[in-house]
Amino acid sequence: MNEAMKKHLIESLNKGVRYDKRKLDEFRKVEVEYGISKSAEGSARVKLGDTEVIAGVKLSVEKPYPDTPDEGMLMVGAELLPLSSPEFETGPPGIKSIELARVVDRGVREAKAVDVKKLCIEKGEKVWAMFIDVCTINDAGNLLDASGIAVLAALKDAKFPKYDGVEINYKEHTDEKLPLSKYPLPVTVYKIGKNLVVDPNLDEQEAYDARLTVTTTEGNICALQKGGDNPLSIDEIKQMVGLAMKKSEELIKVL
Amino acid sequence: MAYTKRIDGRKKFDELRPISAKTGIIQRANGSAMFQIGKTVAYAAVYGPRELHPKFMQNPKKGILRCYYNMMPFSGSGDRVRPGPNRRAKEISMVTEKSLLPVLDLEQFPNSVVDVFIEFPQTDAGSRCAGICAASMALADAGIPMKDLVSAVSVGRVDDKIVVDLDYSEEAYEGGPVADIPMAVIPSTGNVSLLQMDGEISKEMLIEALEIGKKKLAEIHDAQRKALKEKYK
Repeated sequence: MNEAMKKHLIESLNKGVRYDKRKLDEFRKVEVEYGISKSAEGSARVKLGDTEVIAGVKLSVEKPYPDTPDEGMLMVGAELLPLSSPEFETGPPGIKSIELARVVDRGVREAKAVDVKKLCIEKGEKVWAMFIDVCTINDAGNLLDASGIAVLAALKDAKFPKYDGVEINYKEHTDEKLPLSKYPLPVTVYKIGKNLVVDPNLDEQEAYDARLTVTTTEGNICALQKGGDNPLSIDEIKQMVGLAMKKSEELIKVL
Repeated sequence: MAYTKRIDGRKKFDELRPISAKTGIIQRANGSAMFQIGKTVAYAAVYGPRELHPKFMQNPKKGILRCYYNMMPFSGSGDRVRPGPNRRAKEISMVTEKSLLPVLDLEQFPNSVVDVFIEFPQTDAGSRCAGICAASMALADAGIPMKDLVSAVSVGRVDDKIVVDLDYSEEAYEGGPVADIPMAVIPSTGNVSLLQMDGEISKEMLIEALEIGKKKLAEIHDAQRKALKEKYK
C-alpha cells in the first residue's frame, strides 16, 4: 500500500471511520457451518464477512512421543491455498502459513482444550492423534482469527471412527466426541497509526504497524504472538489484551 | 457372478450421483466454481490472465494454462493426505490441463498465464472429473475466451455391467473385474479430451462405455450451464 493511501486510511480511522463502516472494535458477521467434509472426522467452514476458511480433523492411532507416553497427539497445519488469493503461491508452506498454524496450534495446546490424557489407548504404545488442517478458501483479511474459530469448530464437530484395536474403519463413525472442554479463541488486535482495530479487511491488514494475537480461555491468556515491524508500549499491550479478551467472550457464542 | 445392484443404491447402471454446481464462490478469484457429484466436491479458482514468471516460460504467441489439482489433507477416504504435490497430483494436474486446452483461446494473451487451482474438501472417487467440470466453469466465469465448456465423468465396468460415475465402493469392488475410465468430452463436437483407464476391459466394452458416457455427459453439461446462468439472474 502506498504512503498516500495509508495516510488516508489512518486519517479515517482517527475519526473512527472504517471503509466498510464498522466500528474499530467490531467484527464482520461470523458464520459457522459444521460437518462440511464427509471425509474428515470433524470439519467446519467459517466465514468472517468475505473471508472464508475450512478446517478438518483427521484422527489416527499413533505411537506416542517418548516424553508423553500417555498423551494423545495434536497438530495444527495450515495451507494458504493459492485458490484463495492472487498473492498466495504454490509450493512448500511459506512463513505466513507456518506462523498462522503455529499460533493457532499453541492456543489449543496450551489451553489444554482437549484432554489429551483421555486419548491414550495403551500407554507408550497407542494414542489417538488429532491432525487439524486449515485450508483457506477466500482471503479478505484476518485469516488467523477465522482459522482459530474454524479449528475449534472442527474439533467440536469431530467424532471418533470405529476402531477395533488393530485397524480404523474410517467409513463408520461412533457417536463419541473428542474430550474438548475449552474454547481458546485467538483474537488479533491491529495497531494502525494510533488506532486499535480488530478483524481487519485487506486494506487495513496491509497498512498495520503492529499486531498482537491474544488467545484466551475462561478469562485467562494462554498464547500470545506479536507481529509487525513496529514495537508496542506496555500500555498499548494492556489495551490490546483487554480488547482481545472482550472480543473473545463475544465470539465464543458462535461456536 | 454378476453385478446386479449398485452398491450405493442407485437404480440404474448409467445413473449419475446427485449433482450440485455453483459459480462465483470465491470473491478474490477472477472466476470460480464449485462442482459436487455425490460425495465428491471440487472447488476451482481462476487467476489471470496474469504475467508469467519465470520469464523463460513465457510464450510470445499465446498465453499458457496451468492447472493445479490438490486434495485437502482431510479429504481422502482413509488416512490424512500429506499436504503438497505428489506424483499422482502432478499427473492429474497435467491431464486436466490437456483436457481444457482444446476449448481455450489464449492467443490474445501473449506472455501471460491463466492459473487454475482445483481443491477438494471431500472426495469419493471421480475427483479429477469433478475437478475438470469445476475448472471449465471457473474459466467461463472468469471470462476467458472459450469455444465450449468441458464436461467429465468416469465410466467403466464393474464385473459384467457397464457403469457410469463410479464411487469409491465400486472402484474397490472385489466380486469381479473392474475398470475405471475417467473421460472428458467437449459437448459441441463430441470429441474426447481426457481419457485414462485402469483395470481390465475388452475393446467392445470400452467403446460401449465411452458411448454411454458421452450420452450421460449431456446431463453434466446442463448442470454446468445452469450454474453459470444462475449467477446472472
